[in-house]
Amino acid sequence: MTAGTALIPLLETRAISKTFGRVTALRDATFSAYAGEVSAIVGDNGAGKSTFIKILSGALTPDGGELFLDGKPVRFTSPQDARDRGIETVYQDLALAPALDVASNLFLGREARMRGVWGRLGFLDDRLMRERARQEMRDLQVGLSSVGQPVFTLSGGQRQAIAVARATAWGKRIVIMDEPTAALGVRESGMVLELIKRITRSGIAVVMISHSMPEVFEVADRITILRLGRSVRQMRRAETSMTEVVAFMTGASVGHVAEIER
Amino acid sequence: MSEAAASDPPADVEPARNIFARSTNLYILLVLVALVAFFSIISPNHAFFDRGNFVNIAWDTAEILLLAIGETFVIITAGIDLSVGTVLMLAGVVASWVIAQTGGPPALVASGHFPNAGSALPLGIAAGIGVGAVGGFINGTLVTRLRMPAFIVTLGVFSIANGLGDLLSSGGAAGQSAIPPIPDSFANSLGNGNLVFGLPTLVVVASVVALITHIVLTRTIFGRRTFAVGSNLEGSRLAGVPVNSHVIWVYTFAGFMAGLAGVLDLARFHSTDIQGHSLDNLDAIAAVVIGGTSLFGGTGSILGTVIGAFIPTVLRYGFTIQGISSFWQDVVVGAIIIVAVLFDQIRRRRVT
Repeated sequence: MTAGTALIPLLETRAISKTFGRVTALRDATFSAYAGEVSAIVGDNGAGKSTFIKILSGALTPDGGELFLDGKPVRFTSPQDARDRGIETVYQDLALAPALDVASNLFLGREARMRGVWGRLGFLDDRLMRERARQEMRDLQVGLSSVGQPVFTLSGGQRQAIAVARATAWGKRIVIMDEPTAALGVRESGMVLELIKRITRSGIAVVMISHSMPEVFEVADRITILRLGRSVRQMRRAETSMTEVVAFMTGASVGHVAEIER
Repeated sequence: MSEAAASDPPADVEPARNIFARSTNLYILLVLVALVAFFSIISPNHAFFDRGNFVNIAWDTAEILLLAIGETFVIITAGIDLSVGTVLMLAGVVASWVIAQTGGPPALVASGHFPNAGSALPLGIAAGIGVGAVGGFINGTLVTRLRMPAFIVTLGVFSIANGLGDLLSSGGAAGQSAIPPIPDSFANSLGNGNLVFGLPTLVVVASVVALITHIVLTRTIFGRRTFAVGSNLEGSRLAGVPVNSHVIWVYTFAGFMAGLAGVLDLARFHSTDIQGHSLDNLDAIAAVVIGGTSLFGGTGSILGTVIGAFIPTVLRYGFTIQGISSFWQDVVVGAIIIVAVLFDQIRRRRVT
């Protein structure tokens, strides 16, 4: 383990399993995500990535195995429960309201009220929300002409950035991203990957699912390979290669995560 | 990283929230102004351009406007409420029934005397508005908790309210209207009263309601979430907006407005015309759609609805003064609705 990496994982799973009727989606998923790092989860179709990420975000409860947050065992009853504990998921379809402007989207569900009586009556503090939105966009270096723009006028990459900003703006410590660049062009993907690197610098743990090996190797600090519902390996990016990762993904190499806990 | 993203964002330009709703408002306002100017110029002796005429237009528009304001909120959430017309009628019938029951001894009440009017009137008004709100609450609950299509749910409530209103007002016997009289004080104050600036009370109430709801829609959390729910329901849920209870509130509000309109209608016409209101729902929806609120949800405005409610009335009065059959009003309004929806479709293509 290199210097600067926290010894206790922020989020950890041990031997997670999940079955749907006769289908076993996960058999033994062991995984850890550290603060300030990008942990990528890769695997072929049907390897159990989506099921696993739903368990991490609280949308599904595992049948077996354990989840640890800050080293303490946890059980998420709902996505809201996970969110309350600091885990935010950026969904593939982004969950933004296209008709609303950027600031309103950032504050959706947590709108800022005016002070005093007006606030108690439910009046919005649009000025404050705009200001904070501008600040957030500056910090994340998202180029926008105005936070008063409706989201439908923005590009896919900008929308993704706003979804990420919404996840990080509320002091979340773990951000789960499901195929964050799937719908984006090359340039926009690059922008989102930069954004991912930037948010980890502030100590956030990013958990990312991706199909694209070059992208995984560009941003991930740690790569977990799922195959047939099993986490066959978790490796540091610096200590592996694309060839090796693909070999584990396809079953050409066989390993187990327990062997590589170093 | 793109160059644009690397530099600081420029100073915020004027907010563009609901820019399309805003530009639609402008177009539809121009249509309204053009119609008024047209009828003013061509009418004999410019009879159209007359305070009395304008007051009558506003008076006739006010009641539909109350329904249309509630409908605007519902349609912004990408819903629809087909029940408002018959809920209005039921609210009026219930209000008059409560007033008659609590107004005094039956014999006196039957001859138009209400010794207890002081308590009977507030009770009747509250009952009418309450019936409307309950109807809306039922709509909202069925739409959200049971995930039923709003179109079907509100069509069902439309029919139920219609039937209940008929039953209550006829005592069960077909065709026998038994709507009791209402106190003159009620009719003279709320119905035909000219409380402020010599304007009919109904017009004043509708103006105040329009102003308040405009502020609610544009300046409050409730308004913002109404747009959010209509723009992306699941997304709003994921973002932590209590989507179900919000939508229930919106339908309850639409029912409340129908109840209020029903009570005011009762005061204005002394009785509730059972058949006269069954198509009010369509007039209300027409006003909302002409006013630029998208049937797909997410955009819309009260200002647009106000303008949209005036256009059919202006056409009717204009045609009447010209001696043109008022049936042409229906034809022209229908064409305007189709054009409004066409615009909505074009905008929609840009929004997604």
